[in-house]
Amino acid sequence: MTEITFLLNGETVRVAAEPTRTLLDWIREDRGLTGTKEGCNEGDCGACTVVVTDDLGVKALNSCILFLPQLHGKAVRTVEGFKGPNGEMHPVQQAMIDHHGSQCGFCTPGFISSMVAGHQQGRTDHDVVLAGNLCRCTGYAPIIRAAEAAEAAEAADSPSWIDDDSAEVAAAPLAFAPETEDELAAWVEANPEATLIAGATDVGLWVTKQMRDLKTVAFLNRCADLREIEIGASAIRIGAGVTMTKLRELLAVYHPSYAEMVRRYASEQVRNAATLGGNIANGSPIGDNPPALIALGATLHLRKGAVRRDLPIEDFFLDYGRQDREPGEYVSGVTIPKSAPALRVYKLSKRFDQDISAVLGAFNVTVESGTVATARIAFGGMAGIPKRAAHVEAALVGKSWTEATIEAAIAGFAKDFTPMTDMRGSAGYRLESAQNMLRRYFADLSGKPVNVLEVHA
Amino acid sequence: MSVAKSLPHDSGPLHVSGEASYVDDIPTPANTLHLAFGLSAIARGRITEMDLTAVRSAPGVVLVMTAEDMPFANDASPSAHDEPILSDGTVHYVGQQIFLVAATSHHAARRAARRAKIIYAEEKPILTIEEALAANSRFEEGPRIWTKGEVDAALKSAPKRLQGRLEMGGQEHFYLESQAALVFPQDNGDVIVHSSTQHPTEIQHKVAETIGKPMNAVRVETRRMGGGFGGKESQGNALACACALVAARTGRPAKMRYDRDDDMTITGKRHDFRIDYDVAYDETGRVLAVDFAQYTRGGWALDLTIPVADRAMLHADNAYLLPAARITSHRLKTNTQSATAYRGFGGPQGIFGIERVMDHVAHALGMDPIKVRMVNYYKPMAAVRAGGAGDNTTPYGMEVRDSLAHEMTERLLASSDYAARKDAIAGWNARNPILKRGIGFSPVKFGISFTLTHLNQAGALVHVYQDGSIHLNHGGTEMGQGLFLKVAQVAAARFGVDVGRIKITATDTAKVPNTSATAASSGSDLNGMATLAACDAIRDRMAECLASLHQTTPDKVIFADDKVMVGAAEMDFSRAAMTCYQNRVGLSATGFYKTPDLSWDRIAGKGRPFFYFSYGAAITEVVIDTLTGENRILRADILHDVGASLNPAIDRGQVEGAYVQGAGWLTTEELVWDDKGRLRTHAPSTYKIPACSDRPEIFNVDLWDGENPEATIYRSKAVGEPPFNLGISAFLAISDAVASCGAAYPDLHGPATAERVLAAVKRVRA
Repeated sequence: MTEITFLLNGETVRVAAEPTRTLLDWIREDRGLTGTKEGCNEGDCGACTVVVTDDLGVKALNSCILFLPQLHGKAVRTVEGFKGPNGEMHPVQQAMIDHHGSQCGFCTPGFISSMVAGHQQGRTDHDVVLAGNLCRCTGYAPIIRAAEAAEAAEAADSPSWIDDDSAEVAAAPLAFAPETEDELAAWVEANPEATLIAGATDVGLWVTKQMRDLKTVAFLNRCADLREIEIGASAIRIGAGVTMTKLRELLAVYHPSYAEMVRRYASEQVRNAATLGGNIANGSPIGDNPPALIALGATLHLRKGAVRRDLPIEDFFLDYGRQDREPGEYVSGVTIPKSAPALRVYKLSKRFDQDISAVLGAFNVTVESGTVATARIAFGGMAGIPKRAAHVEAALVGKSWTEATIEAAIAGFAKDFTPMTDMRGSAGYRLESAQNMLRRYFADLSGKPVNVLEVHA
Repeated sequence: MSVAKSLPHDSGPLHVSGEASYVDDIPTPANTLHLAFGLSAIARGRITEMDLTAVRSAPGVVLVMTAEDMPFANDASPSAHDEPILSDGTVHYVGQQIFLVAATSHHAARRAARRAKIIYAEEKPILTIEEALAANSRFEEGPRIWTKGEVDAALKSAPKRLQGRLEMGGQEHFYLESQAALVFPQDNGDVIVHSSTQHPTEIQHKVAETIGKPMNAVRVETRRMGGGFGGKESQGNALACACALVAARTGRPAKMRYDRDDDMTITGKRHDFRIDYDVAYDETGRVLAVDFAQYTRGGWALDLTIPVADRAMLHADNAYLLPAARITSHRLKTNTQSATAYRGFGGPQGIFGIERVMDHVAHALGMDPIKVRMVNYYKPMAAVRAGGAGDNTTPYGMEVRDSLAHEMTERLLASSDYAARKDAIAGWNARNPILKRGIGFSPVKFGISFTLTHLNQAGALVHVYQDGSIHLNHGGTEMGQGLFLKVAQVAAARFGVDVGRIKITATDTAKVPNTSATAASSGSDLNGMATLAACDAIRDRMAECLASLHQTTPDKVIFADDKVMVGAAEMDFSRAAMTCYQNRVGLSATGFYKTPDLSWDRIAGKGRPFFYFSYGAAITEVVIDTLTGENRILRADILHDVGASLNPAIDRGQVEGAYVQGAGWLTTEELVWDDKGRLRTHAPSTYKIPACSDRPEIFNVDLWDGENPEATIYRSKAVGEPPFNLGISAFLAISDAVASCGAAYPDLHGPATAERVLAAVKRVRA
């Protein structure tokens, strides 16, 4: 039990809680704030969305996979906290009523929370803001009409009552939430069996779905230097604690195709919590960042106590469930090149938004005077680890960049990968679509339309 | 008048502020017990050993129960008494409830349930349609067969003939609020049940059986559901019964809500189907005869499989006059979740079959698929009602007297600019080798009424209080569809008052008994009419009283604009109510309604099972990627018939939502079981309903401006299910895009996942 302090709907609360008690359970069961709903308890439906403000700004988060210590020193607003002091509706609440945006109403508090956060941020990309909120009744059309109407009302009616200042919260340091990397390194070395929790978008499910007892845990979200981004002359070092939201902003400048993939990576709420380091460290064969980082030739930075170690990121993934990380060592960051104009990242999933990839292909082929100079091609979902397509690369390098070369290289895929069949796709489909992604890449670089998301009626 | 107005949902202000209360939000006493089921890990077999010691000793556990601990009935079935709430020792699917844990918290119960040690004698499960056919594993003695005309002769002498097969997956309801029930014990062992159910009376009936009491000992209340879609017609029984069992045993309140993964693992889904077809047609596209064989997996227990399969047969014609048709329906028993009601109730599956036939015929003839459809439509309402139009009967012998298919199609073709867009798409496809666009059209004719005729009844209870406020109650339940508001609009219209005067109240088996499920799109038709009867009874008594006080006749008493005009006098409605009260007028009444003119013999497949039909039509445009099969809806144009709408905004919301849900069924929503019968898609991480950006970017929805020729409530029509079928147009558009890749027929199956689309592209190019 540790005492945690945060603002809840404008009032300071102090909570003595188990470290893995979720915000959703606490607000519903202990505080009786039942407006926030449990839809899936795994961060996939958004019914539990709340608004959290901290030194980095306002964001929507899934409260079902948010542990209470992650809120220490922050401000939380639930759906009960959006009305004004005299009961006046927030503009998005009024717009949702006026535009018939609720039917059964169960998803509505989550939508309202996402919309309030988006409204505070001045967002107009509503499909992105709301990709993590599922509605089964409306077909979304009236919700988008409401979001657009509230957007128009923004300038005049942006309500002041909603502003939270997390600086008001006097939050003492927590023993298991290091504030610097040096503290973190020492703590991890001393607790090699501990579970490190950054955004909890994966670890959260270990608790809510697998009902695991995590024993020793550390929370990384207060570790400021783990969140740093250093932009150098030719390379960018990204701290492991950088959220996917911040990563997307960065990539939009330097690697737009990768950034577009990140737009489809999970949802707004998940990207606001999930970190780059977490996606690498958990070693999943279907994490979307590793293939892109491998194609970029990224360097991974590990640290154990005072000892730092660098390795090419593809070497980190040894086998399914096994990474090149010693006990007491943790992922500190990753360095990527600043420029890779030929990088393309293709995410293939059953649904475009908020879905785990069946196949993720990342391509980075450089062509000099018509001949392939270098090729880095990596896939997720095709093996037990994120993996380079070595035979395909070898079939390209030194050859002329032509359709004939591409067709000749296709055979390499079957040598590189023996994918599996699961609910996301059959082995045959995975192999075939991976092969076709190379064809797509060729067409893409030659400027042909290859993206269904860019076609409009 | 308060009807025909686009009033916002009555609970809208509560929804947006989190103040709308659902079962899990009801405050409970501290001693409330929280329940979880222990579930089977195998699909078929017998339990040989069950050690629950670790469950009983888990933290927070108060009570563990098995079938042997149930003193009365052990059955959750709405039909055949074949669905034990707790296993009788046999196991019929992965996820079947075996034992029950009651603990001091939801999580304590769930954690404890996982600690059971169960040993099974496993048997080979029957999982697929093919396996069920091979084992002759069925719910009825053999297939049900309905026939119109001389099918075999027509097929034999056909100028043209083709055969095919269409497979379509089931569908998870994915109501955002998972199943939930809460039971408070009362005096004498009676119980009050709060249930997220579309069918409070069925909950009352099953709970009464479980606790060994008559129905009058059980009161069920349902204020609202967080979505239903058919998934809460029978699937809530087990939870409510389990809670009642524990409450009766312990004297403590008991609550149960399924975790999402448990909900998807335990509960039934839409029936998947395989439909084989053999079609005779001519060179104009006129279909002369169809022979359909429909195969469906009903899962392990009967539940509602018979009426669902019947409705699939009843919609095998959709909007088309089939001179000869044979429909053979196989209801197969498999070791999977017991498939259940889902919006459309088999209708969409039947309709998808004939739409596939129309598409296939059009492809074979190289004709525009809309032309083929129009050649085959039922004759228009005006022609039939004028007489002498000849045969216009369905395969089950009901004359279609209200078809709007021609008129609606023609208007939609014009408003959507179909012809020009079709040409533009062909041009675009010629220029684009990788991406291809497609356009698809589908109409719907949907039969309205429960096919079990006795269910077509409803009751209402209305009170006018002495201050002029009005209390409304009826047997319908609110799951987001706006039923409560629509019926309140009817009540307000009858009293000539503002809808704000009407207090909408929770469905309650103690106020209106013997209700039917809110299902079959019938909610406002049935409950609106019952409410009208109750209101009119009170209003007539008020009119009589006021007329006599003002020395006039009741027909001179007018209720309008929140006032009552009595001859030359005028008073507020409140004043009128007080006057009537003081003159000892009974200001409370029940109302009752039963749908007229229904007769149906489901074994023969003959009669008039439906009061009327609802119509609609949709055109969808899509784009596909021929390298990956990825696909996306670009635009949808919909014209839908709701008669004279009670609330156009609510109805439009139903149409939009139904279309997206229907398109989801046939695109991204794929249920996957493994070879052990385990459902692998049991959470939103793996089962993908449409997300926000999946809705059509351009989404034009219009309501047809007609009125129901039948005397329904204010001449409106049912709206819940019919527009779901319009999602079929999205599938047909994808198939059209695939067809543009080559000469062969795409032979696409549902759902058209990226994987299936890529496979179809290869077939067409082969």
